[in-house]
Amino acid sequence: MSGPSPVEKIKSESRLLRGTLAESLADPVTGALREDDTQLIKFHGSYQQDDRDLRDERRLQKLEPAWSFMIRTRLPGGVVTPAQWLALDAIADDFANGTLRMTTRQAFQFHGIVKRELKATMAALNAALIDTIAACGDVNRNVAASSHAGGSPLEAEMVDWSQRLSEHLLPKTRAYWDIWLDGKRVAADGTPIPATAAPGAEQEPILGPTYLPRKFKSAIALPPINDVDVFSQDLGFIAIVADGHLLGFNLTVGGGMGMTHGEPATYPRLASVIGFLPPQRLLEVAETVVRIQRDFGDRTNRRHARLKYTIDDRGLPWFHAELAQRLGGPLEAPRAFHFSTSGDRFGWYQGENGRWQLTLRIPAGRIADRDGAPWRTGLREIAGVHRGHFRVTPNQNLVIADIPEGERATLEALVRQYALDLHERATPLLRDALACVAMPTCPLAMAEAERYLPAFVERVDALLAHNGLPGEPLLLRITGCPNGCARPQLAEVALIGKAPGRYNLYLGGDSRGQRLNRLHRENLDEPTILAELDLLFARWARERGAQERFGDWMHRLWPAGPIAPDLARAAS
Amino acid sequence: MNATLPASALDNEQHAALEKLVQGLDPIALSWASGYLAGVSRARAGSTTQPLAAVTGHGPGAEGRTDAAIRATILYASQTGNGRRVAEKFARSAESTGLAVRLVSAADYAPRELASERLLFMVASTHGDGDPPDDVRALLDLLQGKRAPRLERLGFAVLALGDSSYPKFCETGRQLDARFAALGARRLTPLQECDVDYEPGAGLWVDRSLALAREQLAEIGGPRLAVVTPLRPAAGEASREKPVEVELLASQRITGRGSSREVRHLEIAAPAGRLDYEPGDSLGIVHRNPEIAIDGVLRAAGLDGSASVEHDGRRQPLSAWLQAEREITKLSRPFLEAHARLANAAELGAALQPAGTAQLRALLKDWQVADVLKRYPAAWSPAALVGALRPLAPRLYSIASSRLAVGDEAHLTVAVVDYAQDGERRVGSASSWLAGRAAETDTVHAYIEPNPRFRLPADGQRDVVMIGPGTGVAPFRGFLQHREESGATGRNWLFFGARHFDDEFLYQSEWLAALKRGALQRLDVAFSRDTLKRIYVQQRMAEQGAELFRWIDGGAHVYVCGDAQRMAPDVHAALIDLVRVHGGRDAEAARAYVDQLLAERRYARDVY
Repeated sequence: MSGPSPVEKIKSESRLLRGTLAESLADPVTGALREDDTQLIKFHGSYQQDDRDLRDERRLQKLEPAWSFMIRTRLPGGVVTPAQWLALDAIADDFANGTLRMTTRQAFQFHGIVKRELKATMAALNAALIDTIAACGDVNRNVAASSHAGGSPLEAEMVDWSQRLSEHLLPKTRAYWDIWLDGKRVAADGTPIPATAAPGAEQEPILGPTYLPRKFKSAIALPPINDVDVFSQDLGFIAIVADGHLLGFNLTVGGGMGMTHGEPATYPRLASVIGFLPPQRLLEVAETVVRIQRDFGDRTNRRHARLKYTIDDRGLPWFHAELAQRLGGPLEAPRAFHFSTSGDRFGWYQGENGRWQLTLRIPAGRIADRDGAPWRTGLREIAGVHRGHFRVTPNQNLVIADIPEGERATLEALVRQYALDLHERATPLLRDALACVAMPTCPLAMAEAERYLPAFVERVDALLAHNGLPGEPLLLRITGCPNGCARPQLAEVALIGKAPGRYNLYLGGDSRGQRLNRLHRENLDEPTILAELDLLFARWARERGAQERFGDWMHRLWPAGPIAPDLARAAS
Repeated sequence: MNATLPASALDNEQHAALEKLVQGLDPIALSWASGYLAGVSRARAGSTTQPLAAVTGHGPGAEGRTDAAIRATILYASQTGNGRRVAEKFARSAESTGLAVRLVSAADYAPRELASERLLFMVASTHGDGDPPDDVRALLDLLQGKRAPRLERLGFAVLALGDSSYPKFCETGRQLDARFAALGARRLTPLQECDVDYEPGAGLWVDRSLALAREQLAEIGGPRLAVVTPLRPAAGEASREKPVEVELLASQRITGRGSSREVRHLEIAAPAGRLDYEPGDSLGIVHRNPEIAIDGVLRAAGLDGSASVEHDGRRQPLSAWLQAEREITKLSRPFLEAHARLANAAELGAALQPAGTAQLRALLKDWQVADVLKRYPAAWSPAALVGALRPLAPRLYSIASSRLAVGDEAHLTVAVVDYAQDGERRVGSASSWLAGRAAETDTVHAYIEPNPRFRLPADGQRDVVMIGPGTGVAPFRGFLQHREESGATGRNWLFFGARHFDDEFLYQSEWLAALKRGALQRLDVAFSRDTLKRIYVQQRMAEQGAELFRWIDGGAHVYVCGDAQRMAPDVHAALIDLVRVHGGRDAEAARAYVDQLLAERRYARDVY
């Protein structure tokens, strides 16, 4: 084994995530940060990127790349108030590229922020009581929580646990507030939090001074909707509810989607369901899982550093034993649960408390004003009158939540006025598809994703119609690289980018986030992908069982990847 | 200096003949002969850059050049790091067996160095479907372009890394291998292509290459090569009267797409002996007026371009006069006076009176001939108009390069003037003509306009402060190239300004690379329109006043280039002020201090 990876060295020398960020920000001759700081700024919720559409042009122009920054919020459970919405909306214009983007972890992303305005942007976000710490980096990222329990006491419970979990696992360094907010830290209610240690002398009792070996994702799922794709998470909690009461959670560990093309040692893995715990033990158990990964995760190879490899390298029994030892005893056996879908619950529905929720379809989570679809303006108008809250869903959609009966007509009118009713007009394919950002900002992308989604969906819908299957549900996900931001490895049909215009085609996932798909063919251009799908759709149309979905048919024909256990049977 | 040449590569007979030739030559003739020999040497080497190898004793940097000739270069272009790893392994093995090798990333490799390489081992990855790593694009551009150097003296081997699942497998390596060979280099071993599991193939290649490197270095590392110390040859033949027709090699916009201003970087052939220049000199361009400007004049005057006009004993159509022989984008006072009379324009007449100075200045600055003709109509005859307009003068552009860095080329930084006046498009005459000369086959007529007042210090240990906002930065690109290539040890400080950081930071990537290399010590920038309050270079000078004064008081040379109307006076005032504040002098003494700098030629300006 070789020594620690270069990022480990950067972390360890960073004085708890400070590095030379302040100097980098102050350097006026470049729009970039110093190289080491580009690693550290991730922990602060931002990535340095460049406009890849302009990269070659600017090279010839003897200009540095068009550097800009992506800022991602920390937003446990994806909850924002109308006032926060208006602040986010203003930031999109004042500092970013005029759009808001909702992510598959229920956060918002801003793109195109230049270095000289980065600090002002951070200040504007924090003024709206939204921070960005640990939204990226080798830490517990934004905690996802099921977004479709609106109007039931369980919604508040899920959100509350996601917030507590997020807070509990946050870095304790004050570097974030020192660098971006001149040391002024405030609590969620706006009250100041004083510093207790000198800068750089704070303690990181949970994460340690070098933080985690790699990113760490956690989520809380509320059956029967697996919108958070709990099996894709490093750490997951599946709520176990009886008669409307939360009994506790099944613990899941070791999920993860990321892989690298051509490196068989990297692979997606579904989380293992390893036990049950009562609600009050959630933080203790989560912290223990994090500590195990902190202590045993591979710090020499970042492509082998997620919890899934730690578990596979040592075996699940080892993990059980280690966890039991640290917790002072084993967990109870997992309880029965059943997921019916990983998709969103679109349109209007009424909660137990009589309040209404409205889930809107926002393809790729991009909120922009476009010809015929002035969505950003529409949602700003809605935020101006709405008195409940908003939920970003892990499927990049938006729930307008907690709507009183009397507000319904007003909101419905606004939704129509601003053409926000795509959920009613879209085919199931368009309604359920996911895409990551990819070009032109993501430095990892090898191919288009978000920008390609609309055209590809249209072509696949045409193929479905051509094969006598118009409007047939089909879960499609497109990513520009195999790191898995849009969880493509769980889709019935997935394109994973290899080069501009070329994708690996994966088939055979299910619609509940419980089966990995498998590589069907590599490096295909669009005509080849469409020809391949056309052939398969034709066969599927002929051979499918009643209502049999494409992914299930593919799997029956040609078994796809591993399947997460469905414990429904265990209950009976 | 002793008259005998050290470490001569000449035999006794040749040496005696040379001694005989040299005797009796005066310093100017000696200098000329030296330059002549340099030219011959360059021509024989078939290279556009400096002579390849130097021997001893001819100033700093000479030793370095010797090494370049007898060591192997391991060059890598890597996207994911695999290429770098292979190259590093190769370098380590070579060093451990005592071979002289240099390991360099394509990111840090100046493509023109290629011409002086003797032995090159290249590791190049391909990513995506045939895309080269960003680092190697510049080298590929050079190799595939019309200025690709001949590489007869080069022996090479290429290792290509790729992913065979892409149609264009190992494309970058294949291209490099093919181009090296096509340019005359010797392929020491066939191209080795490696797939995703590159290690076995790469290992074989490294082993084979190590053996080859050992053989080749033994072969070429023996007797050292002869040297010619490059000195400045006599002034080139071309002159304003007799400009030389030279090829336009490249024309590249260097403002980003977000800028409303077009600034272009031009690269023009500058054959030795005909267009010799030193940093600080200008290139005179003999241009023609653009069609749009000619049309504007003809339309405003109501004249037909085909009208035949005799003037100075020559007869040609009016449009030909206007195109190549008359100023029509710049106004002159004599023309305005003649026009005011003919048009009976009292308003124009008033501007020409002593009281109208400000009005006249504005008019001369913003208006072209067509604007005057349009505003104050007059019945010009074709012949009278040709007689009243000034002859077309060449335009001078500060040269933005050093021969030491670019060889037989001169680079220019040209702001393309293009604006609307009264709803009509107006263009700068030479700049738009140059901007239109982008085609591969285009040529320009040019000559060197020496600027002996704007010269780098002869003493390379002196510090240099360069203040060049906008296209005023042009000569400083040449200065910096020259300082670096000549091995000057003094520090360099550049002040640059523009309206916007994002799209108008001229030559930004070159300055950043120079900072990283340590060739530029300080860079201060002012972008006037990125902030609410407008910031200019003189403010940055004031902010850095203490340090700037230390440099100047320590003997630094100060150069200013660019706008003469506002920038130069503001910078001058800023200089006086910082001498006052940080030099502990009153205003009078500070002014005297700066005047003394001018007198000593430690403060030079090239403003326009």
